[in-house]
Amino acid sequence: MATSKIDDPRVIEFDVRTDEMLINMGPQHPSTHGVLRLVLRTDGEVVSDVEPHLGYLHRCAEKIGENLTARQWIPYTDRMDYLAAMNMNLGWSLVIEKLLEYDLPERGRHLRVIISEMGRIASHLVAMGTYGLDLGSFTPFLYGFREREKILNLFEEACGARLTYSYLTPGGATADLPVGWTDKCRQFLNQFKEVIPELHTLLTTNSIFVSRTAGIGVMSAKMAVDYGCTGPVLRGSGVYHDLRFHGEERYTEMYEGYVFDVICADPETGKYPESNYEFHGDSLDYPEIPRQAILGDCWHRFYVRMLEVVQSVRLIEQAIEKYEATSGDWGTPIKLVQKLPAKEAYMETEAPRGQMGFYVVGNGDSIPWRVRARSSSFCNLSVTAPLCQGILLADIPAIVGSLDVVMGEIDR
Amino acid sequence: MSEIPLVSELRAKFGEGIIDVNLEAIDEWVELNPSVLVEVCQFLKEAEGFRFDMCNSITVVDYLETDPKKAAKVDWEPHLEVVYHLSSIATKLTLVLKVKIPRWKNGVEGELPTVPSVAGVWATADWHEREAYDLSGVNFLGHPHLKRILCPDDWEGHPLRKDYEMPLEYHGIRGR
Repeated sequence: MATSKIDDPRVIEFDVRTDEMLINMGPQHPSTHGVLRLVLRTDGEVVSDVEPHLGYLHRCAEKIGENLTARQWIPYTDRMDYLAAMNMNLGWSLVIEKLLEYDLPERGRHLRVIISEMGRIASHLVAMGTYGLDLGSFTPFLYGFREREKILNLFEEACGARLTYSYLTPGGATADLPVGWTDKCRQFLNQFKEVIPELHTLLTTNSIFVSRTAGIGVMSAKMAVDYGCTGPVLRGSGVYHDLRFHGEERYTEMYEGYVFDVICADPETGKYPESNYEFHGDSLDYPEIPRQAILGDCWHRFYVRMLEVVQSVRLIEQAIEKYEATSGDWGTPIKLVQKLPAKEAYMETEAPRGQMGFYVVGNGDSIPWRVRARSSSFCNLSVTAPLCQGILLADIPAIVGSLDVVMGEIDR
Repeated sequence: MSEIPLVSELRAKFGEGIIDVNLEAIDEWVELNPSVLVEVCQFLKEAEGFRFDMCNSITVVDYLETDPKKAAKVDWEPHLEVVYHLSSIATKLTLVLKVKIPRWKNGVEGELPTVPSVAGVWATADWHEREAYDLSGVNFLGHPHLKRILCPDDWEGHPLRKDYEMPLEYHGIRGR
């Protein structure tokens, strides 16, 4: 190919210029986890500004709550965070119990620990799988869903539903666990424990994954707290705060007598708590933290979730033993038209995605005067705009994916 | 009971600004005059020993009984209540702040009542206030970009008001 010289008069030279451009990402983009729309202001590959637009999945849950009784609203909580519906049921149940000053029987408490921790595992497995998907690897998704399917089978046996359970209700649960369920659950855990190192090799220590996530989207502890980030997003930044330990008494007493760790790196040493939990006799070592990872980056948020899965397994194992050792009532659901006192109560629980809060105002009627859901994903998402300034376009899915948002919960 | 030194400190510092305190409620709350809201929040966030570094949620409760029969029985005048749920990661305390405002500014229907914005104190309040504005119709003065967040930008009315009526249609889509 003949090349012309630069001083050739026939050649008109253009300056290569890049203009600022507005790019619309979503609401049907596969890596936005539902219907999130991001408007990006880009200059070439560099993103200078991000504005999230929400509301595509707004279903007026709070307004509906003002027209239904406390138990009738349970199915609506399912549809908020549909990947951890059991934990949503739990949050609403606890706040109604707080309003009614109802105390749960011992057996019901252990049942709730089993169910909500199973929900956490199922949710974190999806988070892991879809995060791999966001970054272009399909295999972890299948591995995650294979294991999640087994949990859903167990849930189906307990309550009949696979996604929207409405199982835990104010007062307890709709039914006790079926006969033989705990054995099946134990079987699942034993099998699942062997899979965990496999999941780690798929993503956690995978060098492509590490280079896509380590050092990307670094969020300081101060920023995380200021933006109201909670759950793995907060702990990924090195803030030692888990409502199962530090929450309200009504919630922490559910976990009384259980031994588990809060997964959070020490901000000074950058080390996570030692894994002193034994799998089949030899202790499971957590994979090492890659050199490139900085506390508060995408990799750490992912890692916290992966380690929390181990802690949940640990909790369920203890809970099954305690559940089997206690007899009696598991908690009878409150009446469908239970009158709510003219008081108000607010309560937060540690859902897989962060602190899920419910606020209820009663007025002596069975229908609450006002219902409010404080969504954890909503606050976690609000940090995207400051976090995504001046980064590369390809890092947007990595950052949004690491926040692990569920749009159903954000839009309510 | 850990909140009591807090209340006495607030009273000493803000005096008239503290309208009411209820320590018997399930979650203890403090009612404030809107004029001192931002100062109190700034104080609560920074004061040693309290450090309310987390604003968990901002909610607006509409007190209006639309049923005339029931309205005769209630013991409150129609008003709005802005409720702030605060907590602290450092000290593990929780607190509820309340601000009572009229349903409409100067009693003129359609004019949104105002409350000072606390988005400058906690960044998370930004989105919470946008949601409260969108759904309950409260104008947060000093908010950096107060606009709707869940409803479309051209939506009319504020759905969580008790007297809200769903529009008959929206861009040709039947509402009811």
